[in-house]
Order: sequence, then structure tokens, then C-alpha cells
Amino acid sequence: MENLLLNIKDLKVSIEEKEILRGLDLSINEGEVHVIMGPNGGGKSTLAYTLMGHPSYHIESGAIEFDSELINELRADERAKKGLFLSFQYPEEISGVTVEDFLRTAKASVTGEMQGIISFKKLIKEKMELLEMKEEYATRYLNVGFSGGEKKKNEILQMSILEPKLAILDETDSGLDVDAIRIVAEGVNKIRDNKRSILVITHYNKLLDYIEPDFVHILMDGKIVKSGGKELAMEIDEQGYENIRAKYAN
Amino acid sequence: MERKKTYVEDVSRTIYDIKNKFDYRFKTDKGLTPEIIKEISKEKNEPQWMTDFRLKSLEIYYSKPMPTWGVDLTDLDIDEIIAYIRPDADMKTTWEEVPEDIKDTFERLGIPQAERESLAGVGAQYDSEVVYHNIKQELVDQGVIYTDIETALVEYEDILKEYFMKLVPPTDHKFAALHGAVWSGGSFVYVPEGVNVDIPLQSYFRLNAPGAGQFEHTLIIVEKGAKLHFIEGCSAPVYNVNNLHAGCVELFIKEDATLRYSTIENWSRNMYNLNTKRALVDKNGTIEWVSGSFGSKVSMLYPMSILKGEGARSEFTGITFASTGQHLDTGTKVVHAAPHTTSTVNSKSISKNGGYAFYRGLLKVAPGAYGCKSSVSCESLMLDNISKSDTLPIIELNNDDIDIGHEAKIGRISDEAIFYLMSRGISEEEAKAMIVRGFVEPITKELPLEYAVELNNLINIELEGTIG
Ligand SMILES: Nc1ncnc2c1ncn2[C@@H]1O[C@H](COP(=O)(O)OP(=O)(O)OP(=O)(O)O)[C@@H](O)[C@H]1O
Ligand SMILES: [Mg+2]
Repeated sequence: MENLLLNIKDLKVSIEEKEILRGLDLSINEGEVHVIMGPNGGGKSTLAYTLMGHPSYHIESGAIEFDSELINELRADERAKKGLFLSFQYPEEISGVTVEDFLRTAKASVTGEMQGIISFKKLIKEKMELLEMKEEYATRYLNVGFSGGEKKKNEILQMSILEPKLAILDETDSGLDVDAIRIVAEGVNKIRDNKRSILVITHYNKLLDYIEPDFVHILMDGKIVKSGGKELAMEIDEQGYENIRAKYAN
Repeated sequence: MERKKTYVEDVSRTIYDIKNKFDYRFKTDKGLTPEIIKEISKEKNEPQWMTDFRLKSLEIYYSKPMPTWGVDLTDLDIDEIIAYIRPDADMKTTWEEVPEDIKDTFERLGIPQAERESLAGVGAQYDSEVVYHNIKQELVDQGVIYTDIETALVEYEDILKEYFMKLVPPTDHKFAALHGAVWSGGSFVYVPEGVNVDIPLQSYFRLNAPGAGQFEHTLIIVEKGAKLHFIEGCSAPVYNVNNLHAGCVELFIKEDATLRYSTIENWSRNMYNLNTKRALVDKNGTIEWVSGSFGSKVSMLYPMSILKGEGARSEFTGITFASTGQHLDTGTKVVHAAPHTTSTVNSKSISKNGGYAFYRGLLKVAPGAYGCKSSVSCESLMLDNISKSDTLPIIELNNDDIDIGHEAKIGRISDEAIFYLMSRGISEEEAKAMIVRGFVEPITKELPLEYAVELNNLINIELEGTIG
């Protein structure tokens, strides 16, 4: 029996009075990997931000249920505590706050208990090794002066430490070199189990060589217009969105 | 979840706000007249030249207009200020001998404990006079002098004659003249050639009396190749009358010498803090200013470095935190008067709840001062829409063989950054505090440890309840 983890029903979202998501439906069961693809400006990041609870994105109607609870009104920190995680397309730089201090505080907020410094240092070191990140990054200021790829790896580091139930990866693969894509994918696969789910937003198939998706969806003009399996991603890769647009766009 | 919405104005100030009974042995009437000045000088048993100096300063004071730039001083009525209050205590060298209530005040501020744990010497001033002074014997044995100015005037009169208000003359501006007329208390430090004072000396200034002024004078001479870290702390309980602080700091850094001068000022919000600080740096000498301005109603404070000798260096690290009803006009001035001198300025300010933080800086390079280097960075962070921040860095270059970097940033706390942190489970309040702490981190790490901790607590408390 499969358990529903995320259930989005007829979601309409606007930003600055402009409607971006226009009736979006999506359900993700525990343990599943879903991929969302779609043309630029289609609303993928909007969906990701809305799921995470960004205050600028207004839910006009519809429902987001996570772990059997309606979370429309929850703040971002409350959602994180419930097990949601977003790997940002453009991670913020926070000056003066080290990766390590930040992550220790974040972990404590999510789990409700502060881990000792020594054991946390060990944990972070382990996770960084897996991601082939240099140890010194732990004591650097969060994302400050990180290269594009380093920022993305740092997102995955955060994910692997916070161990969310649902991780949304917004173009985490963009800007990564081929080796880094593999390493990041391995990082993602590590937290994947039959309880945890992943929602991958991507433009490329490369990541899907490593992370086997259960479903692929096409998000266009604020709606999921087509869903399928991995073969749908292949089709897009070869043909682009024109055919789909011709069929579904309004 | 319940969120704290009430903002308690001075909650962080609890330990500072405990007022003692206003006991004194002698005080002058309010206001300023030659008679009052003579009375102060007589009360202090001063040599004639000092009495004359005071009277001359008073004349200069009368002749100068109130500054009309920067801050609003219209509420400050000097005629309402009591210029001199001798506490009911003599200067002691052990805390046991200091009267109970005064001792308790300093205990609460953690001074005796800091002395035991991490300081080489301590001076404590209460209202107009120094009530405690002590320095480690091994420093005395090396010829280090640390005492109050009054004692110095008796024991080292020649040095005082040579240096006192020579760097900041009474003609400098109205409040320097006022200081020259009514100065009292403060510290005199002399570090002989080659002596390295490796743990800091600290003077703490406490103004207890309502409606009073504090005009302490600090004179530090660091001889050739010597080294010193001096910490100055200030606080006062809050009253509903205006208090005035017009201290003066004169620092002489000789060839190859280094002085770090740290100030943490947490005056109450009825205080006008109009302080003048200046350092004269000889060849290859270094002055390091570390300055934290948190309190007062109005501040005008611009520590100045005059790099007089070739290769002299100045480093300024400052943080200003302005909240409700506070207008803090702070910054620094650097004069490159010799070739190959270098300066760095790293200033940060935070304003919240209607506070106004203004950075005012001057960088001046003399015509013959070639090959100089300067880098100035000032950043302001406003935590809400009702607070203000401005920067005015003035740069005056009189030759073009100079390497100069300048950066000024004014911004509000970023909603995207808050969201990013919140998406990792961190509450909005903690996210803001984290960003603010991160913003001041480069400064905090320069502060003496106990003050760094205090600054962080201050940030936490100040941020509580700012979330609507
Ligand atoms: N903060 C904002 N203010 C105004 N418009 C916005 C904002 N955020 C998103 N939009 C608009 O919403 C639409 C969807 O943007 P979104 O970022 O969700 O697209 P996307 O599918 O993630 O695109 P990409 O593939 O380029 O990342 C775009 O037209 C965009 O301009
Ligand atoms: Mg996007």
C-alpha cells in the first residue's frame, strides 16, 4: 500500500498580482522520484518556492497537503520541520555565518535537539567527503564566494544533513560539471529510501542517468500538461517542447 | 506559536540602569562661569598653569558657536549640566576600600572580575573622579605608569605640560574647549621604550549622577617599540534629564610602537556623547581603533589618526547600533601626513526601530605623502522601514601617488536571505539575528571577548519583538 506524501490539488499561485500557477495538480507517494521539466518561465521555481512557503507567492486557491496535513498556511520554518527541503536554484549568500554553525543550528531547529559540536563536526566531515567537498568549506561563510557548482553541492550537503522527507531540487544540476553531477546524484541517492521522496526540477537528462525517476512531468504555462515515465524526458531531449506546446498550450 | 510583540525599550540595559543614591562630597552649581571653573581647579589642588588653562579654554568655549551640522543639539542646555561632582570616595588601590554602593556598581558591570581574569590594570571612574586604580606590579617594575590624570599632574607634571591637550587643543571645536575648561578624571598611561604590555589595561567610566557631565581625559604615550592594548568602557543609568559626555582622548604612538584602543560605549539614552579622540603616529607606528557605539541619545564621535611618520599605520574597526530615539553620527578621520602610510577603515552600522546611524568619514592625503595606501569600507544595515542610515565619506587627495579602495553599502535586511534560512527550519527571529550577527562578525571578532558576548546578547534582545 502506497502512502501519499505530497498532494497538490488545483493550485493557483500569483506573484505581484500576476497568476503564475494556474491550476496545478501533482501527487507524490513516499519513496518516489518525480521529475519536472518545462520551458523557461513556465512556473517550476514558482512551484518550488510555493511548496517551501515563500511569503511573496500567494496561494489564490487550491491545496497543498504534505504528510496528510494541509500546509497552505505554514511558514517556511514549520514546513522544514515537517520534512520539506528545497535546494535553491540560486542559493543566497549569508556573510559572517559559517556553513558549520548554520547547519548545526538548522539541524537543531529541525530535530529539536542541539547536537554536540564534536559529533556534529564529525557528521559534517563525513557528508562533505561523500560530496568530495574540501573540509575548509565548513568554516567558510555560507555560500560567500562559492562558485556556482560549489553552491549547488552545498545545497546537497544541507539536504544530506537535514534528511528531509521530500527534497525539491530546483535545477541543482545546472552549472555542474559531469563529475559533480554524478557526485550530487550519488548524494541524492543516499538519502533516497522507500520513505523519502525527491522532486527533481531539471532541463537535462544527464542527472536522470544516475537518479532513476518514477515519473516525469511537463510543466508549462503554470500547469502540468503531460506526465509519463523516463521516456518522456528522452522525447523532450530530442524534440523540445514544440509538439507538446502545440497540443496543450492555451 | 506565541510571538513576542511587545518591544521593551531598555530591556538589555538592566545591569546598567541600576541607579545609586546621588551621594557626593562636592559638586558645582549647574552651568559654567569662571567662578565655577576656579572652584573645580581649587577643589582639585591644581597648579596655577592648569587653572589658567581651564580659564582660557572657557573663553574659547564662549567664543565658539554650537556645531549646527550632523546632529540636533538644540535640546542640550549646557547651563543645565553639572560640570563637576566629586563622589563621596577617595581613590583606592583595592576594591575592599571602595565604598560599598560604588563597588557594587562596578561588580555588576563585571569590572573586578575582568581585572582578576584578563586585565593587567584597571581604572574606575565614578562621576567626576577616579575611585579605583590598580596595575600589576610587574608592569610597574618595567616602568609602566597607569594612573588618573590628577595624580599624573602631581607626579609627572612635566609630561602633562608637554602633552596635555596638545593634540586636541581647546581651539579645535566647542566641545574640546568645554573639555579643556571642566575636564576631570580619566587615565594617564605611559609605556616606556620597548615594553610590551601583553594583557590589556582597562578604564571604566560610570556616570551615576542625573543632569551631570562627564569630562574625563585620557592621555596615553607609547614609547618607541612598545606595545599596549587599552580598553575603555562607559555606561550610565537612564534619567529623564540630559547628561553630557565630552571626554577627550590623546594618544601618542612613537616609532615602531603599537597601540590598540578599544571602546565599548553603552551610555543610556539620555546622554549626549560628544567625544574627541585623536592619535598621533610616528614612523612605522600603528594605531588600531576598535569602537563600539551602542548607547546615547546623540553621538558625535570620529576617532582621528594622524599618520605623521613614514610607514605609520592606522586601522579602524567600528560598529554602531542605533535604535529608537537615537541619532548616532560616527565615523573616523585619517590624515596621511607622511609617505608610505597605510590606513584601513572597516565600519558597520545597524539601525532599527526608528534609529538613525550616520557614517561620517574623512580621508586626507597630504601633498608630500606619496605611496600611501588606504582602504575604506562602510556598510549599513537597516532592520526595518522606519530606521535610517546614511554615509558621508569625504576623500581629500593632494597627490596622485596613492592606492585607494573605497566601498560603501547601505541596505535592508534581505527577505530572500531570511527565507533561505527559514527554509532550513530556522525561525524568522533567529534568521534575522543570524544575519545581523553575521553582518557584525568581522567586528565582533575584534572586540574583547566579554564585549563580543555582550554585543551578541544585545543583538538577540534588540531583535526580540521586532518581528510583526
Ligand atoms: N518575484 C517575481 N516577480 C515577478 N515575476 C516573477 C517572480 N518570480 C517569478 N516570476 C515570473 O513567473 C514566471 C515563472 O517563473 P519561474 O521562475 O517559476 O520559472 P521557471 O519555470 O523556474 O523557469 P526557469 O526554467 O527559467 O528556471 C516567469 O514569467 C517569471 O518572470
Ligand atoms: Mg526556475
